[in-house]
Amino acid sequence: MSVLRVVWSGFVMNLKMLGTSSFFLLTSTLQPVIFATIAFYMFKSGGRTGTLLYAALGAGMMGVWSTTLFGSGGMIQWQRWQGTLELGVAAPPSMALVYLPFSLANAFTGMYSLAATLIWGRIVFGVPLHLAHPWLFALALPATVVALGLMGLVLASTFVLYRYANALSNLLEYPVWIASGLVFSTAILPTWTRPISWALPPYWGILALRHAALGGGVWGPLGMLLVLGVASIVISAYTFRLFEHLARARATLSLT
Amino acid sequence: MKSLRVFFLGGLISYRALFSWMTPSIFFLILVVQPVFQILLFAFIGRAANLRSDEFYVVGNAMQYAAVPCLFAMTQTIAGERYQQTLGYILISPAGRLPLFLGRALPVILNGFFTAAFSLLVGGLILGVTFPTSVFAPLAVVVLVSSLSCTGLGLINAGLGLRIRETSVLSNLLVGILLIFCGANVPVASLPDWMARISSWLPLTHAIEAARAVAHGNSITNVQGLLGRELGVGVIYAVAGLAIIRFFETQSRRHASLGIA
Repeated sequence: MSVLRVVWSGFVMNLKMLGTSSFFLLTSTLQPVIFATIAFYMFKSGGRTGTLLYAALGAGMMGVWSTTLFGSGGMIQWQRWQGTLELGVAAPPSMALVYLPFSLANAFTGMYSLAATLIWGRIVFGVPLHLAHPWLFALALPATVVALGLMGLVLASTFVLYRYANALSNLLEYPVWIASGLVFSTAILPTWTRPISWALPPYWGILALRHAALGGGVWGPLGMLLVLGVASIVISAYTFRLFEHLARARATLSLT
Repeated sequence: MKSLRVFFLGGLISYRALFSWMTPSIFFLILVVQPVFQILLFAFIGRAANLRSDEFYVVGNAMQYAAVPCLFAMTQTIAGERYQQTLGYILISPAGRLPLFLGRALPVILNGFFTAAFSLLVGGLILGVTFPTSVFAPLAVVVLVSSLSCTGLGLINAGLGLRIRETSVLSNLLVGILLIFCGANVPVASLPDWMARISSWLPLTHAIEAARAVAHGNSITNVQGLLGRELGVGVIYAVAGLAIIRFFETQSRRHASLGIA
């Protein structure tokens, strides 16, 4: 019960904090809308208007990943700046559990991106919003968000030890967009990139959403999201403990 | 002489200040990795959309990455100084505003050059797009002109930074507008009329068109009309930007809002 209370309190608290950041909110809605607009015009100009919902979903997922990435990247660093990182580390629950709800809230905020691109596409470009499997879509969306949030937790654990990891994490934005095939099929990527795609929750997330919206098997990608989510929990529990120990041993925890 | 000192030394010190929060190696990585992947992203979307050749995206995005840092640098001149609580000292100094602000843009323009050249080369190599060595000199001229015109837009951005707190959002919005309107990824001819009309009044549009023409073997004299228009647009923005800076600086002093905008 106390675990659920920690998760819920942290989730609500971080959601409120993110809600006060106009930068975070605008970035999570503005950037995907910009990319969606470019993708819409590119597909329209290429004579592929039937793929606009495909592009809207992809651009929305780009926003979900960006929000997760920046939120997770900033999570530890913001705590450091505010002087609350030590309190989080010293709290009785494990560090991974303390920061899990923060990461989930970051990914949840990313859903604004998907909403923004779908609404933008509908109003400005007349993209039809007929979902092939609406109930499965409603299931795939939170599953994707949770899986991305858990991946963000793994990333966040590295920031306990490396203060520059925040800057390095920004580098992961475009490569993951590409390797996950968010706005195009990964079939056009070189074959050696396939294993990279398979290891990424955004790849399975966009497959699940795309299939739920346009038709296709949803349970397979959902299963993979579950597997990767569990793997992320195990990895982050280990890395948080390891990096926390190293940061304490080197006395670098609060160094900015 | 004093203005030259402000221009070069101010710019150098401001540039070196970047490394107070980031190591040079990471700064370098960010500078070169992001643009190459942006080129790859749009080239792959272009392939999926069956729109244009890879060369179209390599040139368009490399040009965009050369010029966009100028936008951010000018804004950061205001926002960064405010964050460090040194904005008041800067604005109270008798130094001319032009060398003060443009000096800070110079290292960034050079960065833009390097980034564009690197991304053109590496992005091209990855996608199998090659350029004859003879096009690099004229391309450098085009990049320089577009950097200057984007610095003009950056001055407006910097001026608004005296009034708006979320300068990063504003910069990202401007970059997004340039990405959509300037033909880096969507041919201007494919845009609706009203958007195409706006694009001809934005920096980058003419430079990207000139860069593509040069990459196809046209000489610099063949694109001098485009470069002239690009420069003209840049001058208009620069004049407007300096006026906005002057106006908001006066307003900020009057309302005592310099450090809290």
